[in-house]
Amino acid sequence: MESRNIMIVGVGGQGTLLTSRILGKLATEAGYDVKLSEVHGMAQRGGSVVTFVRYGEKVAEPIVEEGQADVLIAFERLEALRYLHFLKKDGVIVVNDWRIDPITVVTGAASYPEGILERLRESHPTIAVKAMDEAKKLGTPKAFNVVVLGAAARHMSFSKEQWIHVIETTVPPKTVEINLRAFEAGYSLSV
Amino acid sequence: MSETKILLGNEAIARGAYEAGVKVSSAYPGTPSTEVSEALAKYEEVYAEWAPNEKVATEVALGASISGVRSMCAMKHVGLNVAADPLYTAAYTGVRGGMVLVVADDPGMYSSQNEQDTRMVARAAMVPVIEPSDSSEAKEFMKYAYTLSEQYDTPVILRTTTRLSHSQGLVSLEDRCVPEDRPYERDAAKYVMMPGNAIRRHVVVEERLKKLAEDACGLFLNRAEYRDLSVGFITCGIAYQYVREAMPEASVLKLGLVNPLPRKLIEEFAAKVDRLYIFEELEPVIEEQVKAWGISKAVGKEIFTIQGEYSANLLRERVLGEKLEFAPEKDVPPRPPILCPGCPHRSVFTALKKLKIRAAGDIGCYTLGAVAPLGVIDTTICMGASISTLHGMEKAKGKDYVKDWVAVIGDSTFMHTGVNSLMNMAYNQATGTVIILDNSTTGMTGHQDHAATGKTLKGEIVPAISIPALCRAMGISHVREVSAFDQEELEKVIREETQADALSVIIAEAPCALLKGMVFPNKCRPDTEKCKKCGACLKPGCPALTRREDGTIAIDETMCNGCTLCMQLCKFDAIKLVKAGE
Repeated sequence: MESRNIMIVGVGGQGTLLTSRILGKLATEAGYDVKLSEVHGMAQRGGSVVTFVRYGEKVAEPIVEEGQADVLIAFERLEALRYLHFLKKDGVIVVNDWRIDPITVVTGAASYPEGILERLRESHPTIAVKAMDEAKKLGTPKAFNVVVLGAAARHMSFSKEQWIHVIETTVPPKTVEINLRAFEAGYSLSV
Repeated sequence: MSETKILLGNEAIARGAYEAGVKVSSAYPGTPSTEVSEALAKYEEVYAEWAPNEKVATEVALGASISGVRSMCAMKHVGLNVAADPLYTAAYTGVRGGMVLVVADDPGMYSSQNEQDTRMVARAAMVPVIEPSDSSEAKEFMKYAYTLSEQYDTPVILRTTTRLSHSQGLVSLEDRCVPEDRPYERDAAKYVMMPGNAIRRHVVVEERLKKLAEDACGLFLNRAEYRDLSVGFITCGIAYQYVREAMPEASVLKLGLVNPLPRKLIEEFAAKVDRLYIFEELEPVIEEQVKAWGISKAVGKEIFTIQGEYSANLLRERVLGEKLEFAPEKDVPPRPPILCPGCPHRSVFTALKKLKIRAAGDIGCYTLGAVAPLGVIDTTICMGASISTLHGMEKAKGKDYVKDWVAVIGDSTFMHTGVNSLMNMAYNQATGTVIILDNSTTGMTGHQDHAATGKTLKGEIVPAISIPALCRAMGISHVREVSAFDQEELEKVIREETQADALSVIIAEAPCALLKGMVFPNKCRPDTEKCKKCGACLKPGCPALTRREDGTIAIDETMCNGCTLCMQLCKFDAIKLVKAGE
């Protein structure tokens, strides 16, 4: 099998690292060769953050390069747009319909682009989820990234049972139930 | 035991050290090396500590080695500069128990002030360098580094890069195997490096490297993979993976020992392939040696870059001649890193900006005080340099010149090398002002403890070194402690101390907002009725604040930590502190 290339992008502090680790563990448990790449240090401080997950029979490089991503998971709209050119022609976008202004916008040096979702849809099949609203409904805004992951789950080659198992064994014990509900919410949104 | 686990490159290195029976580890945190020490500290059998700086860490590791056990120290590339003094001479003394320095380079400078190549330093210091290409090799090579260290009686550098350190891959775990402690025997000719002894040891160092270079042709670390002979690559580290990705049919000479180089093996490989590329990130270290041996067909930096990270696409473009056109979307505003909501540095910089004071900066999150909207830091060089550069300015231009200057340095950076610079100011009768941004942690690398936090890497609670007492012990009488969030007090103290004809230290205290266990009972909330839309609260660039379409202010309460900076800047009493959740 040719390797599957997943990108998770967002804003530093949104939990891209944790999400990629869940995905990495899932692919490992499914018996694939897996490589993940993360960014630590200064770039994490509210900046644009990207992590890569690759799985398949044998994976060489740990990064996903431009034009190589099968799935682009974005925790914020503008970040989806920023990394759009990393997608393959037949790639899929799963985006959290949520806006976080970069400092350049807050200070008025730049403006936040309008119509991002439309631009994404014109370019690639796009699933936009209001993950923050869903997570708030569950009483835990922080679980929004698992909602997004739930929506993305249908575009990866794992069974729902495998997903549930990895969530149960990865997140802190106290948060298992809420995370499973967050996953289910996302999973049912993307039908 | 044959468990397979997915591990970060740095965790795999730590696992290798653990399995090799390492007993002592010392390090100073630095991205991308930090997790090596953190992961190693989790093994009960290993003593692991944070040292104030890399020179100390390296000497601790050397001492442990001289006493007869296996030891490790870890640092980022620029940390090796700090450790250069013991390193160059440790090459002369050699080791008793195996000793490995883990050094992490940062091609692309994700979190560094320069892009230096550790292999250059290692060549100058005449120390062998091993370089793995993924997590699995990171563990294997780390273990083997100890065998090599003891066999050739030399410290060994395990070189990694950001991409390797911070990517994860599958690693099969094995048991820990501790070699017997080597008994201590006095050997002054080997361990007392005074000229008479060092002259003889220098000969040993040269012979050792020559011998290792010959043996390197047969080491498993170096591997020739012959496939299509029309094109061959000599490569090492993560770059190997890009070759395998882009050109899986190409022949590859994969070097795991990158200093010294296996000349015969390289000549043999070069003779067998038609076209030969040297594919190495950063400096042309392999390339220059290969070309010096007369292998003129080798192509390297003529088509590949010295700067930044490599990729498979780089090979597709430069070697395969593919035209890759990936146009990034237009009108995407950049999203640079920023200080967090509730960060005490923002508050101090806001006061400096208001007072129109410039700052000589240092290494840490607070380097972000150099960029808009704060823009108060004018210099950033290396760890500890803020204090000494400020001193240089004063001695060059006189004491009045530095009345609108300060040095800003974090608590961890101050303990690292800033303390030496402050001693210099005290000794040489400086009158400048040093602000220690004391957020009780090493922030940027992910919250490591240090000598002034009162906790060790192993989690032990210990007496904290008092920074104010340390400053006073230098004979500095102007030592002021202020809350980093009190604008009025900050302004008053900074004004007084910069004007005073005496050396002053201002310790601006407030814990890092991301520190574990921090609770924020309050949130700032705007009162839209009272808001005059002046935007004063927006000026420090707190990410929790935005302007609504009608011009009034909105505060995202999920981000706000209730630091009150915006509240203090509001002249119209339009921001209130409320209990979280109300």
